[in-house]
Amino acid sequence: MVPESYYLALSAILFAIGVVGVVVRRNPLVIFMSIELALNAANLALVAFGHRHGTADGQALVFFVMAVAAAEVAVGLAIIVVIFRARHRLSVDDLNLMRW
Amino acid sequence: MATAAFGLIALVVLGSALGLVLKRNAIHGALFLVVNLGGIAALYLTLGAEFLAAAQVIVYAGAIMVLFVFAIMVLIPGKEETGPDPRRGYRMLALPLGAALLAELVMIGARRGAAPRGPGVPGGVEAIGRLLFTDYLFPFELTSVLLLAAMVGVMLLAKRT
Repeated sequence: MVPESYYLALSAILFAIGVVGVVVRRNPLVIFMSIELALNAANLALVAFGHRHGTADGQALVFFVMAVAAAEVAVGLAIIVVIFRARHRLSVDDLNLMRW
Repeated sequence: MATAAFGLIALVVLGSALGLVLKRNAIHGALFLVVNLGGIAALYLTLGAEFLAAAQVIVYAGAIMVLFVFAIMVLIPGKEETGPDPRRGYRMLALPLGAALLAELVMIGARRGAAPRGPGVPGGVEAIGRLLFTDYLFPFELTSVLLLAAMVGVMLLAKRT
């Protein structure tokens, strides 16, 4: 039996990789995919916690996270498509309209 | 045996996550992410969460990644990140900051009491369905409203004016 701390460590590493990806990359699509990576790391931690405590509550939470992630991806990709249509470029560095 | 399986899956998951962040080509990143999500589904299986493993493959690796690949194909990226990065100095700050974040997460994860192990692990569809329709009924209904709002919002956004 693999101890839950292994899963938590893997989840922490995945989350850090996802956050670094959000900061480092310039393509908004890749930034979105890195966010998905971080969300999945959190999901893995939730399932591991649920496993440790012997309840299905963690899995119910992961179910909600998946639903919210699906909605988020649909809306986010639509926004990216609209931005691309208006600017014909796809780099987060160009989007400085709302910067003070 | 179980530890070996976990180590193998963890290697695949970590490698594909690094591939997503390091590869310049967005479509390669998307394919790496599919591998990553599949690996996490396998980890769910090792934790006894069969329903989530199936949902992960269907919802994430199926629906969401098809949406991603579709958007990548429509937007034709690949020439956006080829030039030299004008803000390379700032972006390299992400590495020490990411390492600090990882250290914090590990510290939080390591600081735990001896948790009581509950009786068995309910991972089947039955246990989750029971929870969703009793304790989590209100959030469950809210999810349907959220999905409907997202659907309408996407149609509004994507409409050519």
